[in-house]
Amino acid sequence: MIHDFTYLKPGTLQEALSMLADHKEECKVISGGQSLLIIMRQGLVVTDYLVDIKRLNELSYIKYDEKGGLRIGATTTHRAVEKSELIKQKYPVLVAIEKGLASVQVRNWGTIAGNLAHGDSSGDLAPTLIALDAKIKLSSETGNRTIPLEEFYTGLFETALNKDELVVEVQVPPARELTATVYEKFNLIKNDQAVVGVAATVAVDQGSTCKEARIVLSNAAVTPIRAKNGERLLIGKKLSDALLTEAAEAAAKEADPVSDIHASEEYRRHLIRVLTKRMVTEAWEEAIRLG
Amino acid sequence: MEKYLLKLKVNGQEYELYINPKTLLVEVIRDHISLTGTKRGCETVSCGACTVTVDDMAVKSCSILAVQAEGRHVRTVEGLEADGKLAPVQKSFLDHGAYQCGFCTPGMLMMSEAFLKENPTPTREEIREGIEGNICRCTGYNSIVRAVEAVAKGNYKKE
Repeated sequence: MIHDFTYLKPGTLQEALSMLADHKEECKVISGGQSLLIIMRQGLVVTDYLVDIKRLNELSYIKYDEKGGLRIGATTTHRAVEKSELIKQKYPVLVAIEKGLASVQVRNWGTIAGNLAHGDSSGDLAPTLIALDAKIKLSSETGNRTIPLEEFYTGLFETALNKDELVVEVQVPPARELTATVYEKFNLIKNDQAVVGVAATVAVDQGSTCKEARIVLSNAAVTPIRAKNGERLLIGKKLSDALLTEAAEAAAKEADPVSDIHASEEYRRHLIRVLTKRMVTEAWEEAIRLG
Repeated sequence: MEKYLLKLKVNGQEYELYINPKTLLVEVIRDHISLTGTKRGCETVSCGACTVTVDDMAVKSCSILAVQAEGRHVRTVEGLEADGKLAPVQKSFLDHGAYQCGFCTPGMLMMSEAFLKENPTPTREEIREGIEGNICRCTGYNSIVRAVEAVAKGNYKKE
């Protein structure tokens, strides 16, 4: 049963921030609530005040410019991202993961910032955005700060968000030439949460040598994590099966997955190996194709 | 707990209700205004039995606060028929036997209605993807897909 709370409905971002400043110790923010209401019903979250930002239309936008890249406002729904022609053109991976995220109903109501701030390490969006080198903009009454999304996740369902802060925007650097990002998750039911997921970005030079790489794992630790040892092995190399095997092995070693009803730790490491190999290959070949 | 005065439009009718702000949309629909067509199933955004439309978007009413639907138009399965005449999806579900126990049917109907509005000429695969958020525990999916397909093919017109 959901515990009682006082419902606060700010009309503007400024008003929302001042509510957070006033009630920061006993306050939660709801946007689409597609994750929050489930855990509130389970009694895992109890709050005196609930600030509802779902209607803050000033935070619902998708903007792109060649210099600054992509900016997605906090209350933009998953469905808006999925249906955005602009995102499909510049960051096709984001449209692909959205189509595989939960269900149409959830994507219609759930928001980008809600998904990210929930801090579930088995999410699809966070690892993919980290692979895209995204930043997250946080606002409070006292000011703004923008940090790499990678640094936003600090522990199991824990983030760097201060109690008076609100996620207001996600920023993705401009789409680059000879660079590709892909993501795949393993699950038993289509569109279910990832048993394990792997996002990979590969940037190549004209000679198809890897210049930059990111491997980001979902549900492989308490937060989304980068497999940096695996990434390092790829830099300056040409695509080969031996190299991929080595990088996948490194990624599986770096991961710190749990055993639960969905999969054992051992099986998760196996999946990381398989998916890392598959995703790095796909990103690499796609990057070459884009050249 | 301070009660919240909720003004909500359901199936074209305006309601004014005093509710606890934690009340879920499905609770308002079933318990406050007694439209029991909408079902409570898993309550974890998984099964889709509670699907209604809010401003023509299919959503799961078990995981939306009723206060968040304020000022929007909620449609439930009771709102599909007009002047005592069944909507095309309803007639097609009947003709195709697109239900076994019937528990998922209200959600399936609302999802199908919203889906066909977005995509009036879907392929069979698109229909399957369109209803991916709705579980039929009897696994009677084939007849449901056929029913939606028949509507898309224009075999059922609004009377």
